[in-house]
Amino acid sequence: MSASTIAGLTAAVLVGLGLYALIVNTDPLKKLLAFNLLGSGVFLVFGIVARRGAVGAFPFDPIPQAMVITGIVVAFAASALAVALMLRLAKESGRITLDPEGETKLDNGAEDA
Amino acid sequence: MTAAGATTQGGALLMLAILLPVAGILVSFAFGGRAAERIALGSAPVALVIALAVLAEVVRAERPIVYTVAALSPPLGIALRADGVSAVMLLASALIVPAAGLYARAGFASRPGEGESRKAFTFWILLQGISAALAIIFVSGDLFNLYVALELLTFAAVPLACVEGRAETFAAALRYLLFALFGSIFYLLGAALLYGAFGTLDIALLAERMRSLPAVTAAAALMTAGLLAKTALFPLHLWLPPAHANAPAPASAILSGLVVKGSFFLTLRLWFYVLPALPVFGFDAILGALGSAAVVFGSVLALRQPRLKLLIAYSTIAQIGYLFLIFPLGSGLHAWTADGWNGGLMQVLAHAFAKAAMFLAAGLLYESLGHDKIAKFSGAARAMPVTFLALGLGGLSLVGLPPSGGFAAKWLLLRASVASGQWLWALVLLVGGLLAAGYVYRILAPALSSDPVALKAPPRRTGEVIALTLAVVAVALGFAPDSFFQVLDIGRPVLLTAVSP
Amino acid sequence: MTLFEALDFSLAAIVLGLAARTISARRVFGAVVAYVAYGLLLAIVWVRLYAPDVALTEAAIGSGVTGVLLISASTRLGPLPAPDAPPGAALKAGAAALSALVAGIVAAAVLYLPDPAPSLAPEADAHLAETGLGNAVTAVLIAYRSFDTMLEKVVLVLAVAGVWSVAPDRFWGGAPAPLGPAAPDAALVFLARVIAPIGAVIGVQMFWVGADEPGGAFQGGAILAAMWMIVMMARLTEPPRISSGWLRLALIAGPGVFLLAGLAGPVMAGSFFAFPPGFTKPVILFIEAFMVLSIAVTLPLLVAGPPNREARR
Repeated sequence: MSASTIAGLTAAVLVGLGLYALIVNTDPLKKLLAFNLLGSGVFLVFGIVARRGAVGAFPFDPIPQAMVITGIVVAFAASALAVALMLRLAKESGRITLDPEGETKLDNGAEDA
Repeated sequence: MTAAGATTQGGALLMLAILLPVAGILVSFAFGGRAAERIALGSAPVALVIALAVLAEVVRAERPIVYTVAALSPPLGIALRADGVSAVMLLASALIVPAAGLYARAGFASRPGEGESRKAFTFWILLQGISAALAIIFVSGDLFNLYVALELLTFAAVPLACVEGRAETFAAALRYLLFALFGSIFYLLGAALLYGAFGTLDIALLAERMRSLPAVTAAAALMTAGLLAKTALFPLHLWLPPAHANAPAPASAILSGLVVKGSFFLTLRLWFYVLPALPVFGFDAILGALGSAAVVFGSVLALRQPRLKLLIAYSTIAQIGYLFLIFPLGSGLHAWTADGWNGGLMQVLAHAFAKAAMFLAAGLLYESLGHDKIAKFSGAARAMPVTFLALGLGGLSLVGLPPSGGFAAKWLLLRASVASGQWLWALVLLVGGLLAAGYVYRILAPALSSDPVALKAPPRRTGEVIALTLAVVAVALGFAPDSFFQVLDIGRPVLLTAVSP
Repeated sequence: MTLFEALDFSLAAIVLGLAARTISARRVFGAVVAYVAYGLLLAIVWVRLYAPDVALTEAAIGSGVTGVLLISASTRLGPLPAPDAPPGAALKAGAAALSALVAGIVAAAVLYLPDPAPSLAPEADAHLAETGLGNAVTAVLIAYRSFDTMLEKVVLVLAVAGVWSVAPDRFWGGAPAPLGPAAPDAALVFLARVIAPIGAVIGVQMFWVGADEPGGAFQGGAILAAMWMIVMMARLTEPPRISSGWLRLALIAGPGVFLLAGLAGPVMAGSFFAFPPGFTKPVILFIEAFMVLSIAVTLPLLVAGPPNREARR
């Protein structure tokens, strides 16, 4: 088993774990952590694609790696925005909940493909 | 097959359409909230001219215009590609965004003598962010470029939803953000698999190289799931009503009218441009079914809403459902496919204008009456005739009564479903129309009574004119001549496999 | 099993274990600590995948700065009442089934990717000489797909605008809350005084070297950002007011210079975002220098958050 195959399976499990935690956790900060986990799994898939793109003397394909770098920065910015919203929400209402007015049921979006 | 990356005449316009709002964002950020308003509104006419120029060039050339960035062709570089649909959507965006901006001057303008205000800084910069993101979505030909555009759109739209600063808006915005992030990361996951399979993310090259692989089916499913979450298709719609209803009126108009159409547009790009060479395995039937559920579910919930803005937001969920009928009705190569395609796109445009008009009218109502509880609208139509005319015309298009763009859209979709023997969609269209008539009647009926009503203030003339103009455009779309649909057909991929469920 | 296989399996096991710890930890602080450790080990996995630039970025931004953000968030949130009803068994079962399905789909897709894999590595290398760079990833970021990178910088600017917008009206124009406690530990202050200058030099070096070796603007900028954050945590300096002119300029300098270079493209090289042949490397380094500045200023501001005190006139 090559490094990329092992990493590929790891990535799949990370995506699964991240998705599970994203759906099941009610604490938005934990949802954010789950999203970061999910994101790192997705980036790892790019990494495997990059490594499999090794051709001849080139040990990797640089395009997917560049995409990951962009993705990591964007994911951080998203986390920062989410944190800012959470902090303000906590200050306003004393608790963080994703359920705006209690009117809509809290359903964390189990989806079909 | 034309070279995937040869710049055609007028291609530079595509880059200008994107760089204009981008430059606006940076300059606004540096010079502050007061300048931001002037920059945002001042660049709007230029953006409109560029959009018209793009449309003119596409019509003149009768083929898509292409721009190869940095003169480096795909697969290594990025290409921008605008076909008929892109050009029309670019124009719609160039009309609706400034309309909302002009409406917003009352609430978000900087007062003379005061320093920079939070609302001014935020609104005008994020408005330009939405323009930039939509421009990229409509003309970019690279799936990773489109991912960056999706994130740009999310980062611009989410803070707009909570720019008012009320507690419930933050909860709605946070939920919106989390759904949107889920959507983009699944989109990115699919893109990674597509790159792994074909070595490129350029749309035209992917279409050329497309073949059936496990990675491709997985990518299609994952990307679609992500895009559906961003488009708020049932059952991933939960984030939309509170986010759109609690945003200020001009923001709601743009969120419902344009932002959700961005991710829908990408779903079209994915299925009709990248994947058509693939046997579809009933995905289009699934999308049609989810769309139908959205129509029924959204309309029924809209009927039960006591507040106008929430009713309009649930109506968005229902109308988005109609959009997904384009998948079963517009795919494959049959006699009815052109009708399905044109109907779906007409629905995108008609809904964009009609919904924007309705949200702006709802905003005027809220300002004048001090509330938006439908039960207390008695007699309001006599006090605010122009506002209710805008609401009524927008509602006309939502229901799909002639003459209106909504009618043209639903008529085309109906024709396609009958011609193809897919009676279920015809039934959905009719039921949806009835339910929509129900909730539009709910808004208008009490208002038309002759009870006296106390207005806190008369509605703003500028706001009324803008709302009415958007509503009139929605109705005027119903008169679109055949040449309009021919423009929509320019660059439309001719599908290689005929699939009928 | 070869040594490397054993290494890879062990790494995968530890990474997955830390990921599981992250999602199962009861307190947020414990979860974040597990996440930071996870990120650092993930960086090693990236090295095994021959992606040193990504490893640096993951360690610096993905796990480092994100970790600071999340820890400061959990500290500021403090103990909160349990938000909503805990998820029922049905939701957990459904989520588990769905997650397993998605994981299975991804695993199958990855295992059955075509062999030989299509790759742009030869093409990227062919154009490398024109750019004058030695690091292919930097070439992709700033030369081949520069349009993407420029737009990503704009995304960062919008993120800052969004984070600031969350502040109450009365605080607009003021400064974000300080990053560190009122009476910082003497050891922290000493550390900041010693490490910050060294780190700053390392950051600049990493950016400069990134043209030919692993590194680049993002990695160097992240290190500079970390140094500024350490200095702010030690209360040696405070976050600036958001109305500050130089701050705004610093934030848009990166995307701004990038945009200007892109706009000059048609005049200088025939196409937007094309660089004049022969001058490509200096232009690229010029753009990257401003990108480093913007990243170094943006990341700490995103961690610092919205303005938290009134602007003093």
